[in-house]
Amino acid sequence: MIIQKSMTNLYLGSSLVLISFIDVFLNSFFQLNLTGFFPGSISLFLPLILGTIGFYLIRADYTGIKHLDILNKNVNTSNFNAVLTLLIIFLIIKAIPPSMSWMVFDANIAGDSRDACTGTGACWTYIKVWFKRFMYGMYPNELHWRVNVAFILVIALGMLGLFAKEKLKKYLALYYVIIYPIIAFLIIYYLISGGAFGLEWVETGAWGGLSLTFIVSFFCLIFCFPLGMVLALGRRSTLPTIRYISIGYIEFWRGVPLITVLFMSSVMFPMFLPEDFFMDKLVRVIIAITLFEAAYCAEVIRGGLQALPRGQYDAAKSLGMGYWKMHIFVILPQALKLVIPGIANTFLALVKDTPLIFVVGLAELAGMLALAKTNPEWLGFAMEGYVFASIIFWIICYAMSKYSYNLEEKYKTER
Amino acid sequence: MTDSIIKIHNMNKWFGDFQVLKNINFDVEPNKKIVVCGPSGSGKSTLIRCINRLEEHQEGTIVVDGNELSENTKDIENIRANVGMVFQQFNLFPHLSILDNCTLAPIWVKKMPKKHAEELALNQLKKVQIDDQASKFPGQLSGGQQQRCAIARALCMEPKIMLFDEPTSALDPEMIKEVLDAMVSLAKGGMTMIVVTHEMGFAKEVADEVVFMDEGMIVERAETKEFFANPKSDRTKLFLSQIL
Repeated sequence: MIIQKSMTNLYLGSSLVLISFIDVFLNSFFQLNLTGFFPGSISLFLPLILGTIGFYLIRADYTGIKHLDILNKNVNTSNFNAVLTLLIIFLIIKAIPPSMSWMVFDANIAGDSRDACTGTGACWTYIKVWFKRFMYGMYPNELHWRVNVAFILVIALGMLGLFAKEKLKKYLALYYVIIYPIIAFLIIYYLISGGAFGLEWVETGAWGGLSLTFIVSFFCLIFCFPLGMVLALGRRSTLPTIRYISIGYIEFWRGVPLITVLFMSSVMFPMFLPEDFFMDKLVRVIIAITLFEAAYCAEVIRGGLQALPRGQYDAAKSLGMGYWKMHIFVILPQALKLVIPGIANTFLALVKDTPLIFVVGLAELAGMLALAKTNPEWLGFAMEGYVFASIIFWIICYAMSKYSYNLEEKYKTER
Repeated sequence: MTDSIIKIHNMNKWFGDFQVLKNINFDVEPNKKIVVCGPSGSGKSTLIRCINRLEEHQEGTIVVDGNELSENTKDIENIRANVGMVFQQFNLFPHLSILDNCTLAPIWVKKMPKKHAEELALNQLKKVQIDDQASKFPGQLSGGQQQRCAIARALCMEPKIMLFDEPTSALDPEMIKEVLDAMVSLAKGGMTMIVVTHEMGFAKEVADEVVFMDEGMIVERAETKEFFANPKSDRTKLFLSQIL
């Protein structure tokens, strides 16, 4: 008897919820208002009212169906939660059709001129036509292979550490901190910049697009991390000079906005240099961002150092280890493991800060968009560009954050 | 009479305004086993931490194995390498395996070849009966096993003196015995040991002398039998009546 009653409630509730979904669904996909015969406000709220009653009925009894009871316990716990659940589902149903039709159904991708874009949706033709510019900036079309080869080489060398033999493992840190950045710099300098080995010179002003995003992020990341580490150790040093220099450095760079640092690097900085000393704008920008982000890295790493129990220092000292041995073998491996999430955070912020270099005239991905949208032939497609850039940045950042989770997992040991 | 391996003379130490150690005179001859006891806050741990300069003293002299400890001591690392220490909280390195915990310092401080260091470490781990755990990480071991590993780690540096800072205080009662056993066999091997502990049974079994400290001062120092049979000061008598 009891079982039968609860099943009635369940069926009635489910059908009410279903009706409310169908109503909203038809409403947003086919502009069809089933409840139009009701007065305006009731018609608007009817799905919500029906759904809430439906959820109430579903919740009224324990059904004995395991999954449904789990759902009741976690989602459908009260009328308020039922309303929230419904609103979120309705919002998704409402939002998907317009965005899908803009991005896919009404969008154009065929053709290679503005005239191809006839639909009301997005004009992906614009992205297609400008794609090479978004990737390589003003870099000469016939030389794009040089950028590709350089990146493949740099990535391959970066992966080298994964295949290192057991015997060479202890030199890995040395490789990544010193040798790898130098080799990467030489590859990028000679291949992308050219000017030697019969390769045509391409000035850095012509570099741009996503490849420039990668170059700037890459060098800033690999340089700011060791610098941050040194600063973090310096800030905890017992030698007052080193400590105050570190504190001063960190507080200075944390106190100024990145955009002013970039302006300084391109406008003010050359004034202080001797006349015959020339430093490329891109190099100056990379140095500026590196110095800036190192201060943030330093504070994150310091957090990790402080989280270690004092006993670890005591134990290392009592075994006769000096400052450097203690830090290299005992303290830093543990501290850096603790700060992986924080470092990932800083690095993600760094990658997303790179568009700021547009203010000194370097056009990476977002910068190229800003240039392209003002092109008289292609006015009015800023939206497509920014959606495209958002997707690209999201993919990069998501990959980085996934990688950081992997690292956390890999180095997890029980305390 | 042999020359003392540790000589502490008129030593004073402050933490800020608070004087933790007052006028300490404390000599230890080689191969002696000394137990330091006293109520908490009496400065026992601070005293033995001063011996390998984990804490700095402000006045007086400390001479360890012929080297005076002072701000100017250049090779404090070499002195520490000769003084092993075992801590209350074990302080194993959680990111390294048991074996690596034991070989790290011999390889990098003593420049021992890796193979030799591993042999030595396994040998020491065998003595404390955890050589079968060598490839595990500290977090996978029980407290007693961790503390025995910490003893083995200190011994791998082949020190002349071993300091124990309440080695059994953080352990479950069941595990205390296995750690004490390891210490007893070490004592029988002739090591110079200074042990801060509340384990009076251990003191009676292995200690040559017992030192009683209170409020930063050495109140009484006597041969073990004498100490337990005829304590001289009232403070010692009170302490013993409470813990025995």
